[in-house]
Amino acid sequence: MSFAQLIGDWHALFVLFVAGVIPNQIWRMLGLWFGGGIDEGSELLVWVRAVATAILAGVIAQIVVEPPGALASVPDVLRYGAVGAGLVVFLLTRRSIFAGVVAGEVFMLAGTWWLG
Amino acid sequence: MAFPPLDSPQWQSPWRAFAWGLRSITQTILTLVLFATYLGIGALAHDTHFSLLWALCSTLFVWAGPAQIILITTLGSGATVIQSAIAVTVSAIRLFPMVVSVLPLMRTPTTKRRELFFAAHLTAVTLWVECHRFLPQVPRERRIAFVNGLGFGLVSVCLTANTVGYFLAANLTKTLGAAILLLTPLSFLFSTARNSREAADVVALALGVLLYPLAAKMNSGLDILVSGLVAGTIAYGVHWWREVRA
Repeated sequence: MSFAQLIGDWHALFVLFVAGVIPNQIWRMLGLWFGGGIDEGSELLVWVRAVATAILAGVIAQIVVEPPGALASVPDVLRYGAVGAGLVVFLLTRRSIFAGVVAGEVFMLAGTWWLG
Repeated sequence: MAFPPLDSPQWQSPWRAFAWGLRSITQTILTLVLFATYLGIGALAHDTHFSLLWALCSTLFVWAGPAQIILITTLGSGATVIQSAIAVTVSAIRLFPMVVSVLPLMRTPTTKRRELFFAAHLTAVTLWVECHRFLPQVPRERRIAFVNGLGFGLVSVCLTANTVGYFLAANLTKTLGAAILLLTPLSFLFSTARNSREAADVVALALGVLLYPLAAKMNSGLDILVSGLVAGTIAYGVHWWREVRA
């Protein structure tokens, strides 16, 4: 991997700021400037939070359903199975993130090894 | 790790307070979860053909895991800059109430707004949780320094994890590379599920996962936004049905 590859091109960094940094940071700065007098439990914020959670859920699904790079080499059944196994362990361990992640990873690795 | 008592002379120096904040990253399992998450983000950036510098800049300047994976995944699958920006900004709205609720914990009557700039930038779910846990043990006039130290430590951990993940994805066998990529959906799924207190949160998460494949079939390029808006609005409907109507 060359040094130039690690730096990348300026266009991509420009896109990072326009599509990522500014749309994200604007909300923190609004919080800093207009901090007082916002009702945290307002109905609008409940809706916004629900949509934001669902968007993140969609991205999680996208990574598993249409996997990028090396993850695409893992058969569908193992990717879905890993999420399912992780979820079961997560729930059984009274919502331990760590246990859920480890169980999902072990399922996928064991499955890949078993399928050869 | 026990903090010095609130009236201890140890708190007189802001740099000492910064150092206590930095040290407190060793006191939470969330540091480990963040490390795993950002390991995955580094690997994801590599396999979606972004540069290492790009990944590190996204961690430093965005500093919100969900926004970062939304950005990488949407741009990587051919969304336009506008579509990605909309998805990112919707995911980031939650930062607004977080900043609004966390800054009063650090403010004193003489605090100037610019002194809170870094604390506002560093605010994300992990810092928000830890502030509520640690700050009662820190004297009010040293809290900004403490939070800056805590945030500096967490950002450093994540930049390291990004770099390690990026090189692992470049050099590991396919299977282990896949295992690191799988960290991202798993850690986000479970940490979001863990933070879900209300029925609406659980419905939004579950429906958001289930509706995405349907929305993707429409091939509109707005899949994520469509499934998010529909699932989120249904979840809000459930909340409304249970709370408002009751």
